[in-house]
Amino acid sequence: MTTKFTPDHEYIRVDGETGIVGITTYAQEQLGDIVFVELPAIGKVLRKGDEAAVVESVKAASEIYAPVSGEVVEVNSLLTSEPGMLNSAPEGEGWIFKLKIADSAEIDSLLDADGYADLTL
Amino acid sequence: MADIPSEDLKQTPLYERHVTAGGRLVPFGGYALPVQYPTGIMAEHKWTREHAGLFDVSHMGPGFLMLANPSGDAEADHAAIAGIIEPLICGDIAGLKPGQIRYTLLLNAEGGIIDDLMVARSPLVAGGLYIVVNAGTKDNDFALIEKAAGDKARLIRADDDYALLALQGPEAVNVMAALIPEAIALGFMNYGAFEWGRDKVFVARSGYTGEDGFEILVNRHEAVALWDELLSDPRVKPIGLGARDSLRLEAGLPLYGHDLDETVSPIEADLGFAVSKRRREAADFPGAGRILAEREGQPARKRVALLVEGAPAREGAEILNAAGQAIGVVTSGGFAPSLGRAIALGFVPPQLTAPGTKLQVSVRGRAQPAEVSASPFVPHRYFRKSA
Repeated sequence: MTTKFTPDHEYIRVDGETGIVGITTYAQEQLGDIVFVELPAIGKVLRKGDEAAVVESVKAASEIYAPVSGEVVEVNSLLTSEPGMLNSAPEGEGWIFKLKIADSAEIDSLLDADGYADLTL
Repeated sequence: MADIPSEDLKQTPLYERHVTAGGRLVPFGGYALPVQYPTGIMAEHKWTREHAGLFDVSHMGPGFLMLANPSGDAEADHAAIAGIIEPLICGDIAGLKPGQIRYTLLLNAEGGIIDDLMVARSPLVAGGLYIVVNAGTKDNDFALIEKAAGDKARLIRADDDYALLALQGPEAVNVMAALIPEAIALGFMNYGAFEWGRDKVFVARSGYTGEDGFEILVNRHEAVALWDELLSDPRVKPIGLGARDSLRLEAGLPLYGHDLDETVSPIEADLGFAVSKRRREAADFPGAGRILAEREGQPARKRVALLVEGAPAREGAEILNAAGQAIGVVTSGGFAPSLGRAIALGFVPPQLTAPGTKLQVSVRGRAQPAEVSASPFVPHRYFRKSA
């Protein structure tokens, strides 16, 4: 399993053909208290960079983009009742959706952990 | 994600304190101010509703309007200074008792709101008024007031030489009792001058959270000492602009530049109470023709409070009727931490303003249920003394 990052602060944890997508710890700190999450529909086909979900803090709404192209195969419906999970465990239980990756070459173009860490210094 | 502000921003006397406390600074009204501290908006909001929150509101525009040549007769001098400001606003200033504060509106000739502001009669100086206007509008407001004053009165801006702190919440009175015991005798919408530190501070029983509390004008050189002393009380925590906004939204209080602007009349804004009886009867304020006609008949639109189901409807979201037709717009909206749900303020046709009316809001192209609510969403807890 490998985890990659986008400059927009999404992560994707790759497990074979499936990627688990969420926002980074840095992103949730910047957003503040998350109060509402709009999840994508299962079966939705996303291209890399498409708006996939919306995360709302007390202050503002932020779009979450698909890090790579693929089909949404599962969503974390726990976030509907407990959006605060995105603050407490963004890279664990607070994942947002799972994607069946269309083109694994797109994964290679994303940032690795060191590259992302440099970005958020 | 928001970038760190790079533009030239003013700093309040408490800037270093916000940085040290880990406040996330954002540009607001030309100043760098904390939108939140590390605990976050939710915790700060709830702390203020349960204990006491301390806000730096030094970006606002406090000022003193002083009669240039007072006669020494307190009532005559007050009548004279009231006569200078009243032509700009719809409030009865002549009728204020010493120390009394009035929420009022600066109006244009069409009856639109140039700003909402506080005007108070000085308890100390005959022919003196204490005025507080909004940050984003203060230069224009003060220019209008100076023009009206001519050589009859002098406007002393206090925004650079003073800091303005707001202490808000149910425990604010107990905190104040330990700091300036005499100030707790003030009733809601009254102010006084009190000795504190090496100088006088002006303490008003007022605020914009719906809670009991105080707003304190303090010399900028004493501001950090006062901030620190207030925060040394375990009942007090610093609160950022984010919670200030969610608190005022729950209290149903409009925000200038969002819910109010130069096209909106006091009647449309549901601020008819700010058009004082004496002024109404005299019809002697800017835009009186439109405002009095709207008061008797129907304005084109009216501000309402909305309980929103699902995602928050933010400023600019369309309001739809039950059939899905666009009938209005949200002017401020967000998540209400005390209610655990989304709420909004917006404008709709007057026939759709009864509490319980079923409407919808359009969020990201989807219609969500919304219902007209009584305002405020969270009851006000002001300290009103019986007259």
